Amino acid sequence: MNNGRRNFLKIAGISAFALGSGAAATLMGGAPAEAAGIGSYEESSRALHAKRWAMVIDTRKFRTKADFDKVIRACHTYHNVPDIPTEQDIKWMWTDTYDHVFTDDMNEQLPKKMLQDKYLLLCNHCTNPPCVRVCPTQATFKLENGIVAMDFHRCIGCRFCMAGCPYGARSFNYMDPRKYLSDPVPNPKYPTRMPGVVEKCSFCVERLAVGLQPACVEASGGAILFGDLNDPQSVVRKALAENYSIRRKPSLGTQPGVYYLV
Amino acid sequence: MYNAKYVIVGIIVFAVLFTTPFWFGAGSGAYKRPDVVLPKGETECVEPVEYMRAEHMQLLNTWRDEALRNERRVYVSSTGKKWEISLQNTCMKCHDNKADFCDKCHVSNSVYPYCWTCHVAPGGNK
Repeated sequence: MNNGRRNFLKIAGISAFALGSGAAATLMGGAPAEAAGIGSYEESSRALHAKRWAMVIDTRKFRTKADFDKVIRACHTYHNVPDIPTEQDIKWMWTDTYDHVFTDDMNEQLPKKMLQDKYLLLCNHCTNPPCVRVCPTQATFKLENGIVAMDFHRCIGCRFCMAGCPYGARSFNYMDPRKYLSDPVPNPKYPTRMPGVVEKCSFCVERLAVGLQPACVEASGGAILFGDLNDPQSVVRKALAENYSIRRKPSLGTQPGVYYLV
Repeated sequence: MYNAKYVIVGIIVFAVLFTTPFWFGAGSGAYKRPDVVLPKGETECVEPVEYMRAEHMQLLNTWRDEALRNERRVYVSSTGKKWEISLQNTCMKCHDNKADFCDKCHVSNSVYPYCWTCHVAPGGNK
C-alpha cells in the first residue's frame, strides 16, 4: 500500500509538471504575436514636430467680444463642445478678468483698461502638470512634445484632475453633451464625449498630427501664435524675445506653456 | 442510503433544471450567422476578413493606444497599405451603416460595446 501511494505521488507530480510546462510553452509561443496585430504603426509624414509646443496670446489684439468669440467658436465647433446654459457648461476656451486670471500679481494700480479687460483662457499644457500626477488611470498624460493629452476612453470621471488643475481648465460632463449639440454634430469628423468624462483643450494634437495649426490659432488671424518653445527661430520664441510676456500663476511651478503678451 | 426517496428526486430535479438551456435551445435549430451587409464597391479592408472578424476589437484597442499615446497615427497593414488610424473617419467611411454591419453581429452575440456614446455613427443609419 505504501508503495502505491508513493507511485501515485510520483505520477501526479510528473503529470502536473508536464501539463504546467506545456501550458507555459503555449502561452509563450503562439498567442502574443496574434494579439499584437499583424501590421505596424508609424507617424504621418505631414505631422508637425516640436520639442515643446507653446502658445503666445497677444492680448493687445483681442479688443472686442467678437475677437474672443471668433476663436472660441472655432475651437468649440471643431471639437463638438456643447453650450450648456448652466454652471455645468463645458469649456475648452473661455475668458475672465485680470484679477481672476493673473492672481499672483497683487498690483492694484495697473491701468484700468488692463484690469477690466477680458483674457482668453485655455489649458496651459504645463511642463509639470498636476492633473497628470493625480489621474489614477493615466487617462491624462504628457506627450513628449509637451502636450498634456487625454484618452477619454480611460477616464472614469473621478475629477481628481479638476481638483488638481490650478487654472480651472477642465470640465466635467454631468449629462449627455449630445443633448446640447446640433444633430448631426457640428464636426462629424471628431467624436463627442459621454456623461461622466472630464475634458479639456488638447492643443489640437490631432490637427498637428496631420500638419494643421490648432483651430484657434487658425481662426485668430495672427493674434495667437503657436510653435516650438525650444526652437529659437520659432514664431513663439521671436514674439517672446521682442515683447513683455506673463504667464498664469507662475509661483506654483507648473510652468505653463501658454504665454500672454500684455 | 438514507432518505433515498428525497435524494434521488432532488438529483433528478437538479439535473433537469441545470440542463434547461439545452432543452429550450433544442428546437431552435443551429446558430445562424447574421447577414452582415458589407460595403458595396469596396474590395479590401484594413486586414483580411478572417483576421478582422476575430481580432477587430484588439486591433481597435491597439490603434487607440498607438494613436493617442505614441503619436503614431498611421497603420501599415500586413499588405503594406497605409491607413489613417480612426474609427470614425477610416472604418466608418466604408462601413457607413452601423445598424447593418456592427449591430447585426454584436446583437446576435449579445455584446454591447459603447463606441458610439462618443464616436459619431455615420449618417447611413438614419
